[in-house]
Amino acid sequence: MSTVDAQLPGVFYRRPSPDEDPFIEPGSVVRPGQTLGLIEVMKTFNEVKADRACRVSKILLDDGDEVDVGQTMFEVDEP
Amino acid sequence: MTGLRRVLVANRGEIAVRIIRACHAADIEAVAVYSDADEHARWVQMADDAVHIGRSAARKSYLDPDALLKAARSTDVDAVHPGYGFLSENAAFARAIDEADLVFIGPPPAVLEQMGDKAAARRAAEAAGVPVVPGSGPITDPADAPRAALELGFPLLLKAAAGGGGRGIRPVRDAEELLDVLPGAQAEARSAFRDATIYLERAVPNARHVEVQVLADAQGNVVHLFERDCSVQRRRQKLLEEAPAPALRETTRQTITSAAVRLAEHVGYRNAGTVEFLVDSDENFYFIEMNARVQVEHPITEAITGVDVVAEQLRIAGGAPLTLDQDSIECRGAAIELRINAEDPARAFAPTPGDVTALQLPGGPGVRVDTGISQGDRISPFYDSLIAKLICWGTDRQQAYARARQALAEFHVEGVASTVALHRRLTSNAELADGPVHTMWLEQVLADD
Repeated sequence: MSTVDAQLPGVFYRRPSPDEDPFIEPGSVVRPGQTLGLIEVMKTFNEVKADRACRVSKILLDDGDEVDVGQTMFEVDEP
Repeated sequence: MTGLRRVLVANRGEIAVRIIRACHAADIEAVAVYSDADEHARWVQMADDAVHIGRSAARKSYLDPDALLKAARSTDVDAVHPGYGFLSENAAFARAIDEADLVFIGPPPAVLEQMGDKAAARRAAEAAGVPVVPGSGPITDPADAPRAALELGFPLLLKAAAGGGGRGIRPVRDAEELLDVLPGAQAEARSAFRDATIYLERAVPNARHVEVQVLADAQGNVVHLFERDCSVQRRRQKLLEEAPAPALRETTRQTITSAAVRLAEHVGYRNAGTVEFLVDSDENFYFIEMNARVQVEHPITEAITGVDVVAEQLRIAGGAPLTLDQDSIECRGAAIELRINAEDPARAFAPTPGDVTALQLPGGPGVRVDTGISQGDRISPFYDSLIAKLICWGTDRQQAYARARQALAEFHVEGVASTVALHRRLTSNAELADGPVHTMWLEQVLADD
């Protein structure tokens, strides 16, 4: 198991917009470069992308949660 | 006498400081609100009372109408000043304030609704005899777009009907490009604004952004405080503003300011407000939208007219008639406002939250700095990137620019990246000094770097 940690402080979002589906769900298998979530920093939205192929086992934040640099957002396993 | 006794300042940062100052100068008590991130902020210390309203994320504090209403009720205020941004143009919030028997320091909720709907605002302008950019009606079926485009002529702008603040706008050069971008634009509009409706507007080439500040009271009196030029923009975000608009013909000034007054009268406006226009190279002007609130750049209007816009908002909200009539308002000298943001121009203006380890602010004749930040404060990732507004006045435009260059030389901020160095360049730029420039000018300058 490894983790995906926040590189930026801000507000975390699981969805591209409030009425759309989340980018991923627990158990999703993702490819490198796939968007996992968003971090809003000073009104700009930054995509959090997977740096490798993996399976997302746990999502540790909810939509709208505050996040700080270094905080773990996702737990991932080898696919 | 304003008629108000105690005001809840439902905002943060420099505009909260600005409103508290105006309240105290008018002998009104001010109650601040703060999120977790802002507990020790300057405006909290300045206020007579302060209420914690929630978490740092704006949605859980400054954008939470219930938290603000609860704060208003628990602190025995008689009015709420929303500042700009956040809930300032939210008609439902204004209505909830009214229903709580409190005064919303802004226009009536119905006017907020009308001005918040771009199509309704355009219709109001047309009905008031104010020119609008030729455009289509709302388009819900993409099959209708090509015919509407041919009737208007290219180049065009494709806009989200529910958009605002420059978001959801795409330039379109020809029919082929229209068909290319249409599906994406509709999807984006649906995603960003929950409404896929788009409309087309003829592009105004080399346009300047000129806006007119108005004040309107509950008795139906409306005056203008002349105009500002806000053409220096990046991604439709203003960076530098001037008042009055440089090199505008006097006849244009008269017709554009009276058009703004006419629109405010027509919609039954009340409060401070701004009517925004595009002005082409022949000085034809077209209404774009109305900002139904105090704006970031109001201080340059204050600098050239001597009118305290926030004090007037308080008087109007308290039911007092305007003490100003149009003939008593004079335009004196010129003023420039520079937005010092915590952004890195070298990295595509990436926001740079962090601790302000050193902050040295300029001074001297004609120099005003509006800020909510003190040395040692943290520029939070949760809100906008404004560190300070630097406003410089001179007897003419040359003196205003010279004072701005001196003020920027004194301005020193450490700990976060800022737009100070970019402003030093801009205030020494010959093309800008010769003015006017159009709204795409800054992006061209940056692209040439």
